[in-house]
Amino acid sequence: MSVASSSGDQGTPAAVAAGRRGVQHVLGRLEVDTRLLGMIIALIVIWVGFDLLTGGRFITPRNLFNLSVQTASVAVMACGMVMVIVTRNIDLSVGSLLGVLAMVMGVVQVDILPSLLGGDGGAAYDHPATWVLTLLAGIVLGAIIGLGQGAVIAFGRVPSFIVTLGGLLVWRGCAWWTTQGRTIAPLDSNFSLMGGGVDGTIGATWSWVFGAIAIAAVLALAVRARAQRRRFGFPLKPIWAEIVSTGLLVAAVVGFVMTMNAYPLPSRIAEEIATERGMAIPEDGEVFIAHGIAVPVLIVVGVALVMTLLASRTKFGRYVFAIGGNPEAAELAGINTRRVVMVVFMIMGMLCAIAGAIAAARLQSAANDLGTLDELRVIAAAVIGGTSLAGGVGTVAGAVLGAVVMQSLQSGMALVGVNSSLQSIVIGLVLVLAVFIDGLYQRSRR
Amino acid sequence: MPQDETAPQTAPERAAAARHAERGTPMVEMRHMSLSFGGVKAVDDVGIDLYPGEVVGLLGHNGAGKSCLIKMLSGAYKRDAGEILVGGRPVDIQNPRDAKRFGIETIYQTLALADNIDAPGNLFLGREKMTPFGTLDDAAMEAETREVMNRLNPNFKNFKQAVKDLSGGQRQSVAIARAIYFNARVLIMDEPTAALGPAETKQVADLILQLKKEGIGIFLISHDLHDVFDLSDRVFVMKNGKMVGSVNTADVTKDDVLGMIILGKMPGRQAEQELEQLH
Repeated sequence: MSVASSSGDQGTPAAVAAGRRGVQHVLGRLEVDTRLLGMIIALIVIWVGFDLLTGGRFITPRNLFNLSVQTASVAVMACGMVMVIVTRNIDLSVGSLLGVLAMVMGVVQVDILPSLLGGDGGAAYDHPATWVLTLLAGIVLGAIIGLGQGAVIAFGRVPSFIVTLGGLLVWRGCAWWTTQGRTIAPLDSNFSLMGGGVDGTIGATWSWVFGAIAIAAVLALAVRARAQRRRFGFPLKPIWAEIVSTGLLVAAVVGFVMTMNAYPLPSRIAEEIATERGMAIPEDGEVFIAHGIAVPVLIVVGVALVMTLLASRTKFGRYVFAIGGNPEAAELAGINTRRVVMVVFMIMGMLCAIAGAIAAARLQSAANDLGTLDELRVIAAAVIGGTSLAGGVGTVAGAVLGAVVMQSLQSGMALVGVNSSLQSIVIGLVLVLAVFIDGLYQRSRR
Repeated sequence: MPQDETAPQTAPERAAAARHAERGTPMVEMRHMSLSFGGVKAVDDVGIDLYPGEVVGLLGHNGAGKSCLIKMLSGAYKRDAGEILVGGRPVDIQNPRDAKRFGIETIYQTLALADNIDAPGNLFLGREKMTPFGTLDDAAMEAETREVMNRLNPNFKNFKQAVKDLSGGQRQSVAIARAIYFNARVLIMDEPTAALGPAETKQVADLILQLKKEGIGIFLISHDLHDVFDLSDRVFVMKNGKMVGSVNTADVTKDDVLGMIILGKMPGRQAEQELEQLH
């Protein structure tokens, strides 16, 4: 139903309507998710707005780098929360779970592993295996706790709101009990890289390698999708649409890598590294060594990819959405719905461990109040990202974007100098407004 | 046909025995089925059978127990008592997967579609096609769906849209496609035309006749006599959880069947015929 908008009668209602249809037509051919597009536009508006308000201090490599690192922990959990909410459940325990898992990982790496790995009475600090074993221990414990909560929800038939509300209290208490309230610091130096400090970045060269891999993946996926459609004789996306949509993705990757590479390390540290590597120090004494992409951001990318694959390309993901869309139909189709729900909570627990590692590593310490109120940030990120609390609808990419939107608002307001009480008021209102506007949009589409 | 261990007791049982003697083993038979919900007997010692290429209507008021009876066959409910035979052999149907394994497919009144998923996703729900890498083979599923839909409803074009955005008739097509794609031998349709307009109802009726020709046995469940009388070869009538009896639609009028539904009694003429058959 292509509507060619005639240019003769500009401004008449008919022309406006035709124009609007034209835009929809273009979007339709591009096959973009309009909801995701709306969020990206909202994000750009927020960024440009804060940049104007702060006199150009928001859209800077430094601020965007920090933003990416600050978002990481919530973004990782939001990837799992999407699945939880899609199955018509909720998980209020993620903040507390993050707390207890971070504490346990702290104890494992500081109090347990050094003596275990050291042998013969000597303690081996910063052993290369420490961070892996620690993270593994956290993920396994997270999986066990998530599985337990999921079992009570799915098989014990207790509403997830109640089970995880209980979990919120229980796990926060456990976080304190782990060390009787003692904060664990300093952490293993390799483990701390996950927090994305000065050392926790991959540098300019590797950032470009990452960018190149991402671009290759984008192109390969586009080509493969096209080949698949041709093989089965389905209607093909027009070639201009293909070029525009992949072109935008490639541009986004390049822009991201360039931004991260434009943020230099502090000059003193840069000089140290330069001397270490035997690089010549220029006359003016300024050595430019880029941060590059932060390790926690790579973790987010990895988690988001795996979760997207899980959600859209596997049976399990298909069942998660089927359960959210119509639990009875899923049951009648022979799906073991309770097992699926239980596994969803298990995955959520595992992601809490990864998020806990990032959060603790960033602070280079594990304290028992880590992750307090994170459950609300995570749920808000998922919901702002287009996840419907009625179930059945949501995307991992949306949730990650939602987390970025939340963090952008928060750091933007901090940059402008808004005090923290007003910050929470604004974020609360934005959350409600976002869901309201999304609801309007969904209804108008019918 | 092995002889029943227990001699037929009631009139419907005697009729069934006579039918089996004449036409051989039915493709599906349920005997002495019972189901209770907290002391209420929803289905009380009921039997029903179906032959290949036969359309059997199951009629009764709302709450007569039709849906409960049939859900024990489709695996949605577990029976309290009774016996299910497929091709003369007793089978155990515990869940919908079991029923599907025996070639028994059900189209529920609510259609039981996952509204947020597209047509191919619904058609293959629970039985997805996979690539060698263990991922969903969406392209292959879409291709198969296009093929099936071409046969069922050539106007169907929305293969990428969530089924909640489709019309009632299109949704019905998806539900029917799902049932017949996997080589159903027995098709159960619960109020198949209740939510459809006249044109779509006609479409479903045509489809039923086509499936019948292919040798598929069909149970049509309805509380509305007019929906099923013309399509059915035979009708069973239930009332208050009990079986009133079965009649061949060729032998009776709509009024006779209406009498069975309302009064819960076999029509007089039919009762006489049964007696003749026995002697």
